[in-house]
Amino acid sequence: MNFRTFAAFVGPSVFMMLLFIAFPLVSVFKQSFYITQPIYETVEVETCTPGFLTQTCTTELKSQPKLDEHGEVITKTEYVGLQSYRNVLEPERAWRAISEGSLSVLSTIDFWKALRFTLTFTLITLPLVIVCGLGIAVLINNAARAIRGPVIFISLLPFIITPVIGVLSINWLFRGDGILTAMLEWWLSRDIALFAQAWTIEILMMLYRVWHVAPFAAIIFYAGLQTVNQDSLESAVIDGATRWQRMKYIVIPHLMPLIIFVAMIHLMDAYRVFEEIVGFSSQGYVISLQWLTYDFLVPDQAGNRSISRASASAMLTMIGIVILLILPLRRTWRDHKGGH
Amino acid sequence: MKLKSLFMAGAMSLAATGAWAECAYENEVPLKSLSAGFEAWKAVTDAMAECGNFSASLDQEFREKQPEAFAANPSLYQIGGVANETMIPLLNAGSLRPLDDLVEKYGQDLLPNQLIKVDGKVMAIAMMVNAQHLMYRDDVLADLGIEEPKTYDDVLAAAAKIKEAGVMEYPIGGTFKTGWNLAQEFVNMYMGEGGEFFGEGNMPAINNEQGVKALETMKAMTEYMDPEFLVSDSTYVQQQFQQGKIAMANLWASRAAAMNDEAESQVVGKVTMASAPMGAAAPATTIWWDGVVLAANMSDEEADAAFRLVLEGIDGEMVSANNDTAVWLSPAYTPGDLAAGAAASAENGAKAYPASAPMGVLHSALGNGLADYLTGAKDASTTLADIEASYLTAAKEAGLVNN
Repeated sequence: MNFRTFAAFVGPSVFMMLLFIAFPLVSVFKQSFYITQPIYETVEVETCTPGFLTQTCTTELKSQPKLDEHGEVITKTEYVGLQSYRNVLEPERAWRAISEGSLSVLSTIDFWKALRFTLTFTLITLPLVIVCGLGIAVLINNAARAIRGPVIFISLLPFIITPVIGVLSINWLFRGDGILTAMLEWWLSRDIALFAQAWTIEILMMLYRVWHVAPFAAIIFYAGLQTVNQDSLESAVIDGATRWQRMKYIVIPHLMPLIIFVAMIHLMDAYRVFEEIVGFSSQGYVISLQWLTYDFLVPDQAGNRSISRASASAMLTMIGIVILLILPLRRTWRDHKGGH
Repeated sequence: MKLKSLFMAGAMSLAATGAWAECAYENEVPLKSLSAGFEAWKAVTDAMAECGNFSASLDQEFREKQPEAFAANPSLYQIGGVANETMIPLLNAGSLRPLDDLVEKYGQDLLPNQLIKVDGKVMAIAMMVNAQHLMYRDDVLADLGIEEPKTYDDVLAAAAKIKEAGVMEYPIGGTFKTGWNLAQEFVNMYMGEGGEFFGEGNMPAINNEQGVKALETMKAMTEYMDPEFLVSDSTYVQQQFQQGKIAMANLWASRAAAMNDEAESQVVGKVTMASAPMGAAAPATTIWWDGVVLAANMSDEEADAAFRLVLEGIDGEMVSANNDTAVWLSPAYTPGDLAAGAAASAENGAKAYPASAPMGVLHSALGNGLADYLTGAKDASTTLADIEASYLTAAKEAGLVNN
């Protein structure tokens, strides 16, 4: 293929990637170093609100943004360096907590609280997703040909369900006296409140995530299982290898590139855990990094948003993902180089 | 083409007959409104729609859409539904039209306390008030010989008695959902104790005796609440009441009618509405109003039509037809038993919610920070200090506090 043809094919997608990925990223990166705010003036305002029968009027000093001659709010944008990052990370408070050796204080600072949960969540669900996925794949592979279709369909179902809907269903199944909590209570004959402490919520979230993602892993592994060298398997059987040994020495090494692929996808996805927090409305106990970014962006009742801190928090999340991906990426890179 | 015009004619005549049936006049200027989506707004916008040429968006996310929609020129909506706090961003952006001329022209029937004035100018027309107040099961309390609770000490004592008697395991309900609801509970308690939220230059001032007292009362209540209180919102508390699981709660007046809804409630006629429990200074509640604003970016002709339509929407006819839906501000409104709680709270001196730009920031900071105290992760004054710190960070970013 000559260069012109190549460019004509690749050009549109490069353009799209620049427009929809690179440009917003650069914009967020820039915004995390700037603060845009309206210019306020303090004025004395008399405000009257309804009471019953009579009106209550109060006169007080209020901060009002200044408007220009077109009725637009005057804003100023200022370079603040790493201030927004400092506001998110709160390094002084965090350092004080660490130097006092008090992890419980550290875990009350939003960013570190979120980081703690995000990492726990990602690293605990990762092996579970891979093991469950592999299990389901082997199960499908060993199922009789006649029922294989339905088995694949059923095991894929959790992955098809929209995440928010899935989370809400789990929420309502377990919340208060939800059906499953009521069943557990009846079985254990004691009162159970699954949404009254952090650890039960975290377990529910991880269970949900594994339930949701394992089918994706399974379908990838199942595809991989189709290409396992049957001769090696047969000779292993002749050599008297047990099922477990065949799995360990032939199947898993064969699937390794796929396992790394699934691990990478899962690391990226799980680090951005968000639906679980919103669906369980667990902000009181558990928050994640992605939720933190979202929370900065949501306007409060008076319409204020924290764009700069949201940008900083988004950049930090991205840095976190990159750090997590370094290990598996290095391995792939080595394999890739070794292959040539 | 013929078919289309036939359809149009049919639709027009239908709309027209509808309009003539209920509305005093026919509206000829196309108008749109954006407001919250609760029952009272539905009643009001339905009444407006009877005049024709009007479409209403009832949207729970209205507060995120309104500022942008009203800043457009011409504004995407002519009529907006707001409350104390949600009016602030529109007001600050200069998107609202002063209504004095229109009030003078058409507003003879409005009550003086419906006129929301900012700096001497009428900026909104209030149609109803809402407040959280005490609702309690009078059958349960009477059985145990408990008088109507007047303060939170009374509420806690009553809860202890009910629990001891084995009537209910968790006698108190509360809108303690992390975020807006939880912050609102603190605002109620803190104002009941007579606290001030801000000092000079929008500096926060909640880390004090009243703040600690407010937190301690909240924590004491959680002892008698379902342990999942941090996810319990107004609807959840309402359902707990309806299913007979709780005996007392400080709940919104707009939820009162649901207690007597025979289709949902098992406690019809058993819930009494009373004043919000007293704090040291005032009832531990805040008064909210809901009302109508007009966009600044529209022609005078549209404004004229919009204002007439609004008056038609909140007229006596609509109020008498939906008397129990809300605590209406209208001469046609007859306060029933359901409004007794809100009225009693106001009589006892409940204050209006102190809506302002810094209060919006503080409310969010409170919503995110209070849970740490209730779960036991921090003590009261650390919690308040941390909330003040996170308010300061956000307020500096918003330009409300100078560095």
